[in-house]
Amino acid sequence: MSLIENLPRIRKLRLPRADGVVQWIVPLAIIAIWQAACVTGFVSSRVLPAPSDVALAGWKLLLSGELAQNIWVSFWRAGIGFIIGGSIGFAFGLANGLSQLSSRLTDTTLQMVRNIPHLALIPLVILWFGIDESAKLFLVALGVFFPIYLNTLHGVRTVDPQLIEMGRIYGMTDSELFRRVIFPGALPSIFVGVRFALGIMWLTLIVAETIAASSGLGYMAMQARELMQIDVVVLSILIYALLGKVADSASRALERLTLSWNPAFQKH
Amino acid sequence: MQEALIQDALRFRLPDAEPVDPSDIIEQAQVARRGSDVISRGLPLTIRGLRKSFGDHQVLRGIDLHIPAGQFVAIVGRSGCGKSTLLRLIAGLETIDAGTVSFGEEIRPEDVRVMFQEPRLLPWAKVLSNVEVGLGRDRASPDAQGRAEKALAEVGLEEKRGQWPAVLSGGQKQRVALARALVSDPRVLAFDEPLGALDALTRISMQRLLERVWRDQSFTAILVTHDVAEAVALADRVLVIEDGRIAHDVRIDIPRPRRRGSADLAALEGSILRDLLGAGDESTDI
Repeated sequence: MSLIENLPRIRKLRLPRADGVVQWIVPLAIIAIWQAACVTGFVSSRVLPAPSDVALAGWKLLLSGELAQNIWVSFWRAGIGFIIGGSIGFAFGLANGLSQLSSRLTDTTLQMVRNIPHLALIPLVILWFGIDESAKLFLVALGVFFPIYLNTLHGVRTVDPQLIEMGRIYGMTDSELFRRVIFPGALPSIFVGVRFALGIMWLTLIVAETIAASSGLGYMAMQARELMQIDVVVLSILIYALLGKVADSASRALERLTLSWNPAFQKH
Repeated sequence: MQEALIQDALRFRLPDAEPVDPSDIIEQAQVARRGSDVISRGLPLTIRGLRKSFGDHQVLRGIDLHIPAGQFVAIVGRSGCGKSTLLRLIAGLETIDAGTVSFGEEIRPEDVRVMFQEPRLLPWAKVLSNVEVGLGRDRASPDAQGRAEKALAEVGLEEKRGQWPAVLSGGQKQRVALARALVSDPRVLAFDEPLGALDALTRISMQRLLERVWRDQSFTAILVTHDVAEAVALADRVLVIEDGRIAHDVRIDIPRPRRRGSADLAALEGSILRDLLGAGDESTDI
């Protein structure tokens, strides 16, 4: 018990103020070793281009405007798909967490659908939507739906019943009870869902864009493969990593902002 | 003096109120005099034939009890004897199977407050807004913040108003919970082992705090506890519950402020403990 209580404090000791710098040491070291291996000829540039070549390719694409265009398209698809799937998942999670009837009505169905890998629907989705935008949005929304649904449901169901009883004793109306007790109580769990969903969002988008698209980062990578531009392929992969990191940092920042009451999320 | 108080009490009685036992009024006057110089603003409580079962298990088997306004009653008993259930029925947290619980007049929900063993503070609300929760329907009123600040000052925590509950100690959290219970000026305050999870020293200072606010605000206090010493130190009257019935009803006439560890308190504690233990094992000797 006391160890668990002390966890945030222990973390504070291990990761001091330099946290922001420390986390970049390993990625930078990997790039340095990679560069050295390529420059010395230990790794052939046909297998893996040097980071400097990748950066150069990135610079050229940036100047042509192609890179920004593709990143924007992918970002837009990811964002819209996330908002659509996330909102539906959140709504179902709340409904099924709060209402027995809703839960009995839909939970079994949702659990069955959940067990179908959403990427298995790609052939069907292409038949339905072609390689249209809606195909990508549909897949991202579907992928994002489940982690948000499950974690919202879990969050709502595990709100401390003693707090709910307290709220009722003190005369809270249903909407007050939701606003002041249930939603804030479910929020940590909802954020876990959001972070899972962000990972699935990128994964789905990469696959969808690689298979069926005429723009976006995945399309850029596939195009480069056909033209044997290995530096552009590696560049796309690195940009995915970076975008993933940006999304994760954004959700962490939001977590810290809204969960500042929780000692586990206080700045350290 | 006493007669004047009885006159007062009679004058303010509603015409359709239940017939009042005259001894009750005298008792009320005595209670009021002991607490402060005004008639208690607490509510009297009358329980008749109260029964409660959970499934096949009969928890309360017919409780008859009258608590005059402003009295401090402690309820003790072994685990599972039904004392917490009795308190939850009084506070309206459970449905009654049979019998009645009445406060002699129509009450507002804000008139009866409960304090639990756990502080039950909202971890995501600052201390002051946790206290404001206690205002119930008056939460939106313009003086809500002022009342919450006053209640927080009452328990000596005004400087913690902007803190998250997570940074408070166990005793401080329980004091915030007390402020939340007091902020609506309740007329009955029910305590369900409120000090059960605190360390010995914090308990003693919390007991003093409870006694002080009870004397200041003169509500009717009902304290469920497993600590007989605590019951004897705080209460006007100790009820021993056995097997879902009131087995003993002991008056504690020791004047306040009571000195902890004094011989007469210890003697009373010993006799109540004997009552309690005797229920399970006749040969027990203390």
